[in-house]
Amino acid sequence: MNISKSTENGQTVLKLNGRLDTTTAPDFQDTLLGEIKTGKSILLDFSELAYVSSAGLRSLLTGQKAVAAGGQTMTLRHVSDEIMEVFDMTGFSDILTIESA
Amino acid sequence: MKTITVPALTEQLDTVLEFVQGELDQINCSTKICNQIAIAVEEIFVNIAHYAYRPDVGDATIRCQVSTQGQPQITIEFLDSGKPYDPLKNDEPDTTLPAEERRIGGLGIFMVKRLMDTVQYEYRDGKNILTLQKLV
Repeated sequence: MNISKSTENGQTVLKLNGRLDTTTAPDFQDTLLGEIKTGKSILLDFSELAYVSSAGLRSLLTGQKAVAAGGQTMTLRHVSDEIMEVFDMTGFSDILTIESA
Repeated sequence: MKTITVPALTEQLDTVLEFVQGELDQINCSTKICNQIAIAVEEIFVNIAHYAYRPDVGDATIRCQVSTQGQPQITIEFLDSGKPYDPLKNDEPDTTLPAEERRIGGLGIFMVKRLMDTVQYEYRDGKNILTLQKLV
């Protein structure tokens, strides 16, 4: 998976390209937690993300808890219908902040 | 059935996913269904890698078959010779808890049950055998 970083209105944008799975989730989580430590809010661009497995869900939950503790926000955008199904199935759509399409 | 045997290590996940995708490439499988199958394969294989032989390492065998009689269906079997363990017996996670109270344990197998049409476990001849089936 590739992660590209940019800035938008003072928020850090991380664009994920590939799969968020057992192999890639640890690196993603490190990057995400590093960015959260800067104190900025986070936008996660999922437009190029193929799928999220339970290891990916774990990393998103860790990120969500970290932003909540820091008084920041983490917003997901461009979430595909397939990934949204996984979020709905697991109740993650209630936990995460997801921009409507 | 096509068969692959690999060390049960998470580093082998991509090899296993490629093996299954190779079978799916023979039929017209939508990206959506291919991704659902990939998620399920990951959950089961990683479970074996994490728990079957711990603290030792052993092999996992994955067998895969696509049947094209009637509606195409894929069957994927996972075999390991580790500790007898039926992942289907786990309690289902509470998917309604808020983030602070969420536990991730059990979420993977919960997703597998939802994403596949049938999931079966048996222990036979000293092997854990988990079989997934899904209409593609």
